[in-house]
Amino acid sequence: MKCVGKNVLRAEGEDKVTGRAKYIDDLSFPGMIYGHTVRSSVARGRILSVARDPAFDWGGFTLVDHRAIPPGGRNIVAMIVEDQPFLAVDEVRHREEPILLIAHADPERLAEAVAHIEVHYAPEPAVLDLEHATTVLKELTISKGDLEQGFAQADRVVEGSYFTGAQEQLYIEPNGVIAVPGVDGKSITVYGSMQCPYYVQRALRLLLGLDETQVRVVQTTTGGGFGGKEEYPSILAGHAALLACAAGRPVKMVYDRLEDLVATTKRHPARIRHRTGVQRDGTLVAMEIEVDLDGGAYVTLSPVVLSRASIHATGPYRAPHVRVRGRVLQTNTPPTGAFRGFGAPQSQFGIELHMDRIAEELGIDPVALRQKNLYASGDVTATGQRLDGSVSAHEVLERALQRHVKKKRPKKKDGLLRGTGVATFFHGSGFTGGGEVKLASRAGIELTPRNVRLLVGSTEIGQGTRTMHAQIVADTLAIPYEWVETADPDTARVPDSGPTVASRTCMVVGRILQRAALDLQQALGPYRTPDEFRRRSRKLLAKRPALQFIAQYDRPGDIRWDDATYQGDAYGAYAWGCNIADVEVDPITYQARCTRLTAVIDIGKAIHPLLACGQIEGGSLQAVGWALYEEVVMRDGRMANGQLTNYIIPTTLDTPEILVELVENPYPHGPFGAKGVGECPVDGPAAAILNAIRQATGVRLNAIPATPEKIMQAMDAR
Amino acid sequence: MKSPVRQFELLRPRTLREALTMLHNESGLVPLAGGTDLLVLMNAGTLPRGTHRFLDLWGLDELRSIRRTLIGRRPQLVFGALTTFTDCISSRTVLRDLPILAQAAREVGGPQIQNRGTLGGNIGNASPAADSLPVLRAADTELVLSSVAGERRIPLADYFTGYRTSVRRSDELITAIEVLVPPGKQSFRKVGTRAAQAISKVVLAAIGKRIALGSVAPTVVRATSVERYLAAGGSEFETARELLTDDIHPIDDIRSTAAYRLRVAQNLLGQLPTFQR
Amino acid sequence: MKITLTLNRKRRTVDVSPLERLLDTLRGALGLTGTKEGCGEGECGACTVLLDGKPVNSCLVPTAQCSGAAITTIEGLAPRGKLHKLQRAFLECGGAQCGICTPGMILAASALPDRPTREQIRTGLAGNLCRCTGYEKIYDAVGVALGTKK
Repeated sequence: MKCVGKNVLRAEGEDKVTGRAKYIDDLSFPGMIYGHTVRSSVARGRILSVARDPAFDWGGFTLVDHRAIPPGGRNIVAMIVEDQPFLAVDEVRHREEPILLIAHADPERLAEAVAHIEVHYAPEPAVLDLEHATTVLKELTISKGDLEQGFAQADRVVEGSYFTGAQEQLYIEPNGVIAVPGVDGKSITVYGSMQCPYYVQRALRLLLGLDETQVRVVQTTTGGGFGGKEEYPSILAGHAALLACAAGRPVKMVYDRLEDLVATTKRHPARIRHRTGVQRDGTLVAMEIEVDLDGGAYVTLSPVVLSRASIHATGPYRAPHVRVRGRVLQTNTPPTGAFRGFGAPQSQFGIELHMDRIAEELGIDPVALRQKNLYASGDVTATGQRLDGSVSAHEVLERALQRHVKKKRPKKKDGLLRGTGVATFFHGSGFTGGGEVKLASRAGIELTPRNVRLLVGSTEIGQGTRTMHAQIVADTLAIPYEWVETADPDTARVPDSGPTVASRTCMVVGRILQRAALDLQQALGPYRTPDEFRRRSRKLLAKRPALQFIAQYDRPGDIRWDDATYQGDAYGAYAWGCNIADVEVDPITYQARCTRLTAVIDIGKAIHPLLACGQIEGGSLQAVGWALYEEVVMRDGRMANGQLTNYIIPTTLDTPEILVELVENPYPHGPFGAKGVGECPVDGPAAAILNAIRQATGVRLNAIPATPEKIMQAMDAR
Repeated sequence: MKSPVRQFELLRPRTLREALTMLHNESGLVPLAGGTDLLVLMNAGTLPRGTHRFLDLWGLDELRSIRRTLIGRRPQLVFGALTTFTDCISSRTVLRDLPILAQAAREVGGPQIQNRGTLGGNIGNASPAADSLPVLRAADTELVLSSVAGERRIPLADYFTGYRTSVRRSDELITAIEVLVPPGKQSFRKVGTRAAQAISKVVLAAIGKRIALGSVAPTVVRATSVERYLAAGGSEFETARELLTDDIHPIDDIRSTAAYRLRVAQNLLGQLPTFQR
Repeated sequence: MKITLTLNRKRRTVDVSPLERLLDTLRGALGLTGTKEGCGEGECGACTVLLDGKPVNSCLVPTAQCSGAAITTIEGLAPRGKLHKLQRAFLECGGAQCGICTPGMILAASALPDRPTREQIRTGLAGNLCRCTGYEKIYDAVGVALGTKK
């Protein structure tokens, strides 16, 4: 009867394979009208005027600018710093910045109307890329030991710079919401495609000056997020809400692909610099690292992205003397944001390329260099965290080597250049440092005479939240999986379980649910069979329709963190991973293709092995895309290739064979030992692929995407 | 933003005759076949200004056929303009006489596009990146342009006048593509942005010593200088490689660079059997 | 204009504007929202339906061109209340994650020959983008449903 570790059917799977699942664009409300955003066409400047063509018939249109924000509300997108407006007032800081909103009952008339609106600007000089950026939005330093002493002990100092480009999340369902105004004129409900209903609720409360009883946010079936629906939906929901309030009617806003590509967040472009002191035998003694991220025009979530990027910048390697300096720089481009991995893929791309460079300079095998320096239990990280228990850095590498070599194929004589590359990595599960304590997430269980219903704010965005949470609760209560259902994420029904981000939904929220289940069990008293559970439940309920057991996050054991010094236990637990990539480079076309990718990842415990493998395969392929194909081409501060035909993600024919092996080294404070899984798979493949290209061609690329054009240039420069 | 659909008109002839009459009588009609190019523009709101009346060709079954005849000892394939890429892939005639056309067709978009995209449309759309054009250009291809006044045959070589422009009059329709297949080994290589659903960066098709390239000039081109050199008995790749720079004029765009396109075109040239001895 | 077509084995007549896309007619007048729009460029394949048995991108097909044609959408793949073998396999093998590409993916797969090789599966699904799965579980599902040996 136990279902944890078994591949039960996905909770909402049947709705998805039959087309019955309702995504936001599948929904309609009586009287609904359609909204659209008028955006800036300059990267930076003052708005001189917004003019509407008086000859055009504006009847039936609702138009809204920043002045429509009600008294008591604020024109600020609630995030970390109060710098970003929902609608520009008198200046714009990036292309596609929202200025004006317009709605009409006939969506076809919106295009006509937009053509009759003219915004005049006084353009100002704009900074369009990281290379030219100087304004620092956030800076932090992580220090361990004494860097000078470290370099003094080194036989060699190896330096390198590494660059990663922006990446689009490219959920196949674009961003979209529907805002429905309340009949009282003082409340609003927003339905939408999103990861974090409570983020959206908080943003709407601030924008409209309403309390939590007046703002209801409901997540609809969401066609992929990957971080792209973490913070951005707050803005879109705000826009739809403003239009809905002004029109007094439900307003649907669903971006088309172009708008979604050019206007919404991307992965932060990064520049990583390494200066490493190393001894002759390969022992790392000093690591000086600079992490610079392009935050775009507003702060948004960049400080926390920087934090994760910086903490992961050393890779899973021990060194006695470390200094990481991280910065977010401002550019006049659309704000970058959350994307699966949240900074860690960028900084670990840097260290993993750098490790191969060190190995080469020392004449040591790259695997041996890693084996010499990988964390083991008892080691202390750059933030001073002592790692013990569930440290699998060596094990994942060993198992990847075994797994990958076993499938080796004979060399073909086809003129292709072949190489194999490796990357080892780790990924902290949950919010950084004191983040989880601050979130104080809650989740719970509602006992009904019929079944057990999960009340959880975590969203299903494809990763299997509902299924996996139900498995955890079913096994904790020793009842059948089928007896557990999940309430829709609706701020009026479920508590705030924290955002669905940061590989925390299983390890952190799953644990809270497990504790709620234990509370329920305590209330029931001992039972031996599911039937007895049911009898006791009914007795406990007596005549009540339902009983709720809500638990709150409880800091496990002795986790300590100091935000001021960046010292302490950065994460409760880490997932550990290793990728080995086979690459073919065609010397005729300079195209690199990843043909086989092995991913061995320790996730503590696979609650649902099939879903966990699916997470790893999907995340791995996103990283393959980032490494080889996905390039956000910017022209004058705007994405110039904003079509799926020109922003290239892998098709079936570009996809390597992906071999996944799960390692289960349990974390005592995760449900059934589980750690995070969602983000870790993105950390390694890009570096493994570039290390493989180095082996195949002899050229060292230090930037991704490794497009054929870049490979050609590098091969020419040899 | 998507173009408002309401503004568009669609004329739906039942026969070719009727279609040609409509083209003759009305101005500004845009022929519409499988829609794989035009509807993309419509959805993106980027149709050329003034484009709002379309002539639906999809129902004209008389334009759906692949016929084979012999002219002397050379096979001639006559394609109706509505021959889809899927038709090309599954035609035994094409596989036998012009296998590189099937190969090119297999690399157009994905199955969904191959089921709707047509040879006539690929030519009519006049993109220099059209995947079938280098194959047709490497062969001896004539286009049959029909109008109420009758038919005229234009060699594909003379059809395009520049980037996305051609000699087709607005009252004319491409109704057939006549491809006389020269003797010689055929080869085809598309270098695109990815392995499927890709717009080409460079395409090279060759039949014997006839070499055509796509995506490296405003229209599909023949490597005339190289061919002349080969015809005169030349066989040095280094010379041919240099000569190719006279034949193509690639540009930088969001998909690639001029330097890459030139180099890859040269590399593909070097792969031809002529230089692989 | 009035267009009569066969939708999921039933004759239907709809009034459409001349260049209306099949995608919009299906989702709008015909009320079938299982067909999804991911790009409007014929790139992602989320809007794939079968037109006379062949997969097409319904975002690039004018409904007017479907007069007299047979259309199959995800809603019509299996009899009501039943799952098609591909739907069952996608469910069991983890072929659907976020689910937005799934209807189109399943319809594209339904046009594959019986007992397809992995290469045939990859080629047959090359017009359908998935951002969640890395495609592995989709190949597994199609293989299980259509009888490919591993």
